[in-house]
Amino acid sequence: MALFSRSPIAPLEYSRTLWMRLWVGAVMVFLYAPLIVLMIFSFNDSKRNVVWRGFTTKYYEKALGNDQLVEALLNSLTIAALATIASLLLGAVAAVMLWRFRFPLKGAVDGTISLPIIVPEICLGVAFLMFFAAVGWPTDLVWPFNLGAITIAHITFCFPFVTMVVRSRLASFNREQEEAAKDLGASEWQVFRDVLIPHIRPALVAGALLSFTLSLDDFVITYFTSGPDTITFPVKVYSMVRFSVTPEVNAASTLLIILTVILTFIALKLQGVKAIAETH
Amino acid sequence: MAEQDWKTNRRVFAAVSLPTLFWIIVFFVVPMAIVWLYSFGENKGLTEIDISGTLDNYKRATEWLYVTIFGKSFAVAALVTLICLIVGFPVAMAITFAGEKWRPWLLLGIMLPFWTNLLVRTYALMILLGSQGYANKGLGALWEGTSWVKTLVGLQPLPTWEPVQLLFNNFAVVFGLVYVHLPFMVLPLYAALDRLDRSLIEASLDLGAGHFRTIMRIVVPLAAPGIVAGVMITLIPALGAYLTPDLMGGTDSQMIANVIERQFKKANDWPFGAALSFLLIYAMFALIAIQSMRRKVPEVG
Repeated sequence: MALFSRSPIAPLEYSRTLWMRLWVGAVMVFLYAPLIVLMIFSFNDSKRNVVWRGFTTKYYEKALGNDQLVEALLNSLTIAALATIASLLLGAVAAVMLWRFRFPLKGAVDGTISLPIIVPEICLGVAFLMFFAAVGWPTDLVWPFNLGAITIAHITFCFPFVTMVVRSRLASFNREQEEAAKDLGASEWQVFRDVLIPHIRPALVAGALLSFTLSLDDFVITYFTSGPDTITFPVKVYSMVRFSVTPEVNAASTLLIILTVILTFIALKLQGVKAIAETH
Repeated sequence: MAEQDWKTNRRVFAAVSLPTLFWIIVFFVVPMAIVWLYSFGENKGLTEIDISGTLDNYKRATEWLYVTIFGKSFAVAALVTLICLIVGFPVAMAITFAGEKWRPWLLLGIMLPFWTNLLVRTYALMILLGSQGYANKGLGALWEGTSWVKTLVGLQPLPTWEPVQLLFNNFAVVFGLVYVHLPFMVLPLYAALDRLDRSLIEASLDLGAGHFRTIMRIVVPLAAPGIVAGVMITLIPALGAYLTPDLMGGTDSQMIANVIERQFKKANDWPFGAALSFLLIYAMFALIAIQSMRRKVPEVG
């Protein structure tokens, strides 16, 4: 164990000094203690999050029996899946455009594409609220088409992240490969499919995970674009937290945390930690 | 190989540019333009808005009430960023200089909260900080302990412990925002520190500078771009934060995003909300402009 080794600490081994360890340990406690307490209390047989009164899974049954909550979760997952697919296509295409071509107003186009990342969520939410009101977007469509407005909003703030990730990956692409493929008779489409796509695949995986979590996570923009029939999971949890704290929220939150951990581990299996860290 | 001119391959250019341009114009530029136009409008009746080119909404935004809210939002965001920097910098250092075996796990430890739902994290923190929560119990135990020690050395014991209000005030907003944004700060700091040439630090230490002096004189200047990136990544979302002040703040801890939301959901004054939104966007642009100006300074000096 490195923790107890007796070799002297080298000057640059900052992470082996005691105060650094205490600091990092304290930060980790700060980051994780609230989540762990929440997860533990989701099994608590009490209406309040205060005293431990014994183990129960009844709040999970209650949460899973809550039709509105399940529907909201289903909506969220549907929107996240749709937004991820569309963001991948749009983001990759935009990245190829910015990487490959020189065209008039390129700086402006480039800047506009990265704007949704910078513009505060609240402003984007307001913009979509006004936009959908102004164009008279229909609100009485059947599922899943009633999720259209939210999905559109999510694609707009997700795809610039995909573009960013794919573009930095494209920078390492050797264009001679493309020329070789063309010399050997490949068409534009074949080059794209068989040479470019395999090269940017890691970026696409990272972009997909980023889009999926961003979409699943979003509250503010969805809050402004959702109607009474189109509640997503964060919006539902928000109203539950706002108006009455029930242990069901703990159970539902725990399920979402577990989903996040699973997704993160899938990402790790596919990519390795370092590659994911670099995408941020 | 240089970029291709778009005219040399119009078909491919059209295939990649049309979907992108269509989406960004229809679903981003147009909605933003609508907000911008409405900010020059006024309410006519209950649902009708007349875009009359009036500047009244902006004039109203300069009222003392709104100026203080803007000022307060900036102050809170700046404080949160500063705390994140102070707390996060040693963590980023520790990750950078950790052994190969530990580094991925430390990184994962920072990233997992980053991927976790914001609402869930805020809610979790609220449970902990509630008047019956564990933070209060911990403080209470500490208080009792101090009281006991004081009686031990023959002093008057402290008065009995009253649970402190940790939620629904300004403290809770700052605490919550730091909690939420800490990973945003650590990851870019780590990315910058990781690229550092370690021999420079070793040289500084060999030449007799202490660790603190080496960090301040060598590490910080070299990692400056990463520090600036971390500051911006934390400051911008903190300035526009809605959820944390809404759920954890009290009546006096409204930030600018909460005021904007109120114009749309309760006050039903869309033009004024639109004007406030654009003022917030202009503030972001100003911050980014300051950052890009700052970046050019070291080249001169």
